[in-house]
Amino acid sequence: MTETVDLAVIGAGPAGMAAATLAAEHGLDVVVYDDNAEPGGQIYRAVETVARDRAKDFAFLGESYRAGAELTRAFRASRARYEPGTTVWLVQKDRTIGISRDGKARMVAAKRILIATGALERPVPIPGWTLPGVMSVGAAQSVLKSAALAPKQPVVLAGKGPLLFLVAAQYVAAGVKIAAILETGARKWDALPHLWQAWSKTNYIGKGLELIRAIERAGVTVVRNAVSDLKAIGRERVEAVTFSADGSPGRIETALLLLHEGVISNVQLTMAIPVKHAWNATQRCWQPVLDARGNTDVDGIAVAGDSGGIAGAEAAAHMGRIAALDALRAFGRIDGPTFAAMIVVEEVAQKRLLAARPFLDALYPPPDTAAAIADDTIVCRCEEVTAGDIRKAVDLGCTGPNQTKSFTRAGMGPCQGRMCGLTVAEIIAAKLNRPMEEIGYYRIRPPIKPLTVGELAALE
Amino acid sequence: MFRRLHDNAATVTITIDGVTTKAAVGESVAAALLASGDPRCRQTPVSGAPRAPYCLMGVCFDCLMEIDGEASRQACMVTVREGMAVKRSPRPAPMTP
Amino acid sequence: MSDLDIIVLGGGLVGSAIGYGLQRRSLKIAVLDEGDVALRASRGNFGLVWVQSKGQGFPPYADWARHSADVWPGFAAELEERTGHKIDYSKRGGFSLCMSEKEFDDRALMIKRMHNQQGPKGYDVVMMDRAEVQRMMPAIGPEVVGGSYCPHDGHVSPLRLLRALHAALGDAYHNEHRVSAIRTRQGGFEVVAGEDTFAAGRIVLAAGLGNLALAQMLGAELPIRPQRGQILVTERLPAFLDYPMNGVRQTAEGSVMLGSSREEVGFDNGTKPDVLSTIARNAVRAFPILARARIVRAWGALRVLAPDEHPIYQSLPGHDGAVVATCHSGVSLAGAHALDFAGYLAEGKLPDRFAAFHSRRFDVQATA
Repeated sequence: MTETVDLAVIGAGPAGMAAATLAAEHGLDVVVYDDNAEPGGQIYRAVETVARDRAKDFAFLGESYRAGAELTRAFRASRARYEPGTTVWLVQKDRTIGISRDGKARMVAAKRILIATGALERPVPIPGWTLPGVMSVGAAQSVLKSAALAPKQPVVLAGKGPLLFLVAAQYVAAGVKIAAILETGARKWDALPHLWQAWSKTNYIGKGLELIRAIERAGVTVVRNAVSDLKAIGRERVEAVTFSADGSPGRIETALLLLHEGVISNVQLTMAIPVKHAWNATQRCWQPVLDARGNTDVDGIAVAGDSGGIAGAEAAAHMGRIAALDALRAFGRIDGPTFAAMIVVEEVAQKRLLAARPFLDALYPPPDTAAAIADDTIVCRCEEVTAGDIRKAVDLGCTGPNQTKSFTRAGMGPCQGRMCGLTVAEIIAAKLNRPMEEIGYYRIRPPIKPLTVGELAALE
Repeated sequence: MFRRLHDNAATVTITIDGVTTKAAVGESVAAALLASGDPRCRQTPVSGAPRAPYCLMGVCFDCLMEIDGEASRQACMVTVREGMAVKRSPRPAPMTP
Repeated sequence: MSDLDIIVLGGGLVGSAIGYGLQRRSLKIAVLDEGDVALRASRGNFGLVWVQSKGQGFPPYADWARHSADVWPGFAAELEERTGHKIDYSKRGGFSLCMSEKEFDDRALMIKRMHNQQGPKGYDVVMMDRAEVQRMMPAIGPEVVGGSYCPHDGHVSPLRLLRALHAALGDAYHNEHRVSAIRTRQGGFEVVAGEDTFAAGRIVLAAGLGNLALAQMLGAELPIRPQRGQILVTERLPAFLDYPMNGVRQTAEGSVMLGSSREEVGFDNGTKPDVLSTIARNAVRAFPILARARIVRAWGALRVLAPDEHPIYQSLPGHDGAVVATCHSGVSLAGAHALDFAGYLAEGKLPDRFAAFHSRRFDVQATA
């Protein structure tokens, strides 16, 4: 018989943990599925291990990372059932969930579902980005947290966004040599009007400036003048990065190039259900359409945290609790006055955190550079489809990513379009000179994570 | 490409393409691969180009490797275990037209 | 816009193959397509160029399918040559596997009936026992007792085929031109699509299930319905399977397609885990090594079926210049559509034997 739960939370990052902890505290039967081995999501990856085995690493990983330890502790102490190493490959509108753990797939029926699958890094399709030795900044941070691995030789970080400077500062604090930071795009004066609001209501700006000061004090070269034309050079692995800064060419020898252009909502699951999505022109990504409490247009399915819109870890936890409160009220587990009193606390905190968003979004505008991607640059890493291949498909009459996918195989590999979906649509939009809303996105279908034929065959 | 900040971590022994390698307890196969000095994990099916782990968060599927006889596993999502046999994935034999 | 000879309504495999065939005969044409998100059976189908199971009890379709298979190699070579786009066509023959003695006996009986039906025209399908099948496909599972083999069967990448046809059509292909109105006028038709109006002496309705609405614009009802088939596809695997069959085929890229269900669920082209599970189970019984392969995509697609599952070719009542072409087998029949059917249209008359494909055959059945 199919197992039934009150609330299934998908993702054990800040939003998922906070929601599950609160919902379980008030008596809901809560289960949390997460495909990682430990709770924390990307932002608090391995925070339990660090706290237990190498707490001195907090010295370079920083206080905001250490804050995750409290969230995971409360989550572990709660009665929420936690299923790590569990892949969710299907969510249906009737709230049936397909999961896979230890090579066995099964179905679970949930009365409510909270999707908290977080963010992923925006793909950065530059020439040579498939070479060994080119990774995302988030990837490098992930092994810094989870395995205390740091670059052996001087590393180059290229791109923009808060995470890039955070990782650079963590490297500096850990004594890792940085060859250079190449900041792409021009400095954005449009961010200034949002500065006061961000400064007065949050400590993001102060923290950010501290990071940048620390990086500069360490004598790291930061190339700030509108870096463009990044290329990873090498045959079997990266040997150098070339670029232009204010129109002048530059070249730095390196065995490790880390790329980052900000983060986007991870919508693979919400797209596959599908719930209604809208294009967020500021954050330049698709996001589910949510009400103030995170509810989608599908009854009983809500989204919290960055998978519903990029707002950061702290805001994600508040959003998780708001969604949990909404669930508790729907189940009749808390009365109206309690609900009202509790939710206002979360909403005020969340609004304060969101105050910094317009500034950050304007300071680090997502790149709108699809037109500039050279024809021979790979955009679909799985199937090695180039920007030129996409443009040729448009010449054949393709007006959207789905026909383009079927003509080029972009998006047909194991990553199921996660790494190329936005780029492909942006290239089409640029070539046809149309807004992204009209171009649309891949139609995502389950299973959203590969499972084996044998596992599916054995499904009860 | 990567070095370990601590050399006193508890370790397990794994093999990568038959070569014995020390890995830290609790780390992913991809992390062990990056620390091993040769980050290549597979050849692409299309061109045979070498690839290494890229995102380390389960998204890019570039780190697919054979782990304990099971092909196409995401090395970044699998925790190392004593005696684990890891193999780089070669380019699959192409179809004859 | 100056008058065209023929407007083809529908830019999937049926419409595009017909359009290609017309253009190849130097007719002035336009092919009107719906856009990026369409039901698009051409994008969801399995890719078989098939003979062995087609036209049971209906010789005209058996002949037509066989004829298409016969002309396919030339059609494929010419299309690749003209466009420079590979379509991954292969014709080594195809199988239907039998998983029990009963299935084998039933299959053998069906094959015998087809031999009798097709007589001297030659049907050429043979039953093979387990050992014979295993010689050709060493990867079969222990439950396989045998199967039928047809040398005329083949397979192709339907996506590459569609791409090549669109490439061949060039400027005659108009995407995002969903037809909103068809008007008759002196000597022909006006078709309103997107923001444009096209005029031509004749039109071809080749829009799959879209033909339902198009025929209604001319006051006709077509007896076709959607039938869902769900399909799974694996990651690229090392080559292990030289022959396609109903339910399993390894593509030129190495990925393996697994299919396919037959569900009467209206216009819902979603997927269902229990159905996908059954497909997976059958695939593993046929080829146990597939158990360890990873599925990277699954989808549902809608077949375009007449009550007897055979094609419908006819003019619409009262509109001699409006010809319907509707069938489930847009891949198998692409060769015949491009090389033969387009010729009939160019000449302005379907051959007499095509009367068998008229939808009035269902009226006869109803009164019989």
